Amino acid sequence: MSIFEYNGSALIAMVGKNCFAIASDRRFGVQLQTVATDFQKIYRIHDRVFLGLSGLATDAQTLYQRLVFRHKLYQLREERDMKPETFASLVSALLYEKRFGPYFCQPVIAGLGDEDKPFICTMDSIGAKELAKDFVVAGTASESLYGACEAMFKPDMEPEELFEIISQALLSSVDRDCLSGWGGHVYVVTPTEVKERILKGRMD
Amino acid sequence: MGDSQYSFSLTTFSPSGKLVQIEHALTAVGSGQTSLGIKAANGVVIATEKKLPSILVDEASVQKIQVLTPNIGVVYSGMGPDSRVLVRKSRKQAEQYHRLYKESIPVTQLVRETAAVMQEFTQSGAGRPMLGWLQTILDFNVKLKKTKLRALGNMSHKKTLLGVRPFGVSLLVAGFDDNGPQLYQVDPSGSYFSWKASAMGKNVSNAKTFLEKRYTDDMELDDAVHTAILTLKEGYMHLKLLFF
Repeated sequence: MSIFEYNGSALIAMVGKNCFAIASDRRFGVQLQTVATDFQKIYRIHDRVFLGLSGLATDAQTLYQRLVFRHKLYQLREERDMKPETFASLVSALLYEKRFGPYFCQPVIAGLGDEDKPFICTMDSIGAKELAKDFVVAGTASESLYGACEAMFKPDMEPEELFEIISQALLSSVDRDCLSGWGGHVYVVTPTEVKERILKGRMD
Repeated sequence: MGDSQYSFSLTTFSPSGKLVQIEHALTAVGSGQTSLGIKAANGVVIATEKKLPSILVDEASVQKIQVLTPNIGVVYSGMGPDSRVLVRKSRKQAEQYHRLYKESIPVTQLVRETAAVMQEFTQSGAGRPMLGWLQTILDFNVKLKKTKLRALGNMSHKKTLLGVRPFGVSLLVAGFDDNGPQLYQVDPSGSYFSWKASAMGKNVSNAKTFLEKRYTDDMELDDAVHTAILTLKEGYMHLKLLFF
């Protein structure tokens, strides 16, 4: 049993035309038992930067708390919000600090950078950044997610279409993974608004 | 920071509420070479006179204006060696910021951290490694570790104070970042101010008067450079006149 498969999760982030979408499943389980079906894995750092954390839930929570702490101090000191690229560098640095006793998490970072350019990236548990122009995935369902995204993705999608695509990719992939599922949680972010939607999928 | 057993400050309050050491540090700054800075609409200029003690000095080896990052520079008035310590620390802080955020440090942040270093040296023995051999005899009670007590021997007749003094420099930090051109002055006390134009060192009042008359908000960088040189010349001329 891998420590990364203790809780189970599925995360996607996708780039659209001047917008991005980030989605996760809603299951919180302890190995085979499902404990909650409304567990939040995507966090809003600020209106233009979202963080999804997959992997061990306790590490995800602690890491999120540390990052929020750092970001709040940054906001106070620099009187501005962090850019998504900067935030990703911070997450990477924090993860590498624990190189020989890591957080068992795989983060997915999505945000709108300068001139509303969407930015997505993921990294492994010790901070190796992986930038992508189209989509990034993480979690126990990642293999299925890669396949679904690769098949369904097209560049420069409008927010509504992006929502449809990311939802379909998520729901079809978690059906092939016993540790993730129980619905979906999707955020579609444009320069003007953040739309949060809950998906109903196979509740198993 | 340092060895807490022996780190303490020589800067203490006077009955009137002043930190006399800082006043003296400002005097040291005031007798240093004139340096000035002017913020233009599209850049900042900092200038100082490179007055060498003799014609035998290798002019190229003297660096009065230093680079902290590719977009931030600094000039000082006061004690050169003190400024070198600060430049070194500031450069390190800028690099640490970049290592963490992969972004160049904003001017305000670097100024804030440099000022914090200067303030530390007025309040605590920050960053000074202490040698355990020397004894410190203080007027008030300090708990000494037994091992260090043994090393004291018969040093009790000597009063050896171990501590730090404030920096004897004021810095003019000029930089250009997302918020445009910026100019900051950092004093030995650790306070910092943002200026449109400022001068430090000798003849500061004349220089400032001259700058006040000449400064305009929409100055171009070339105008600012010209004005800076004129201001320095003005101070030089004034000094010459004084002696005649």
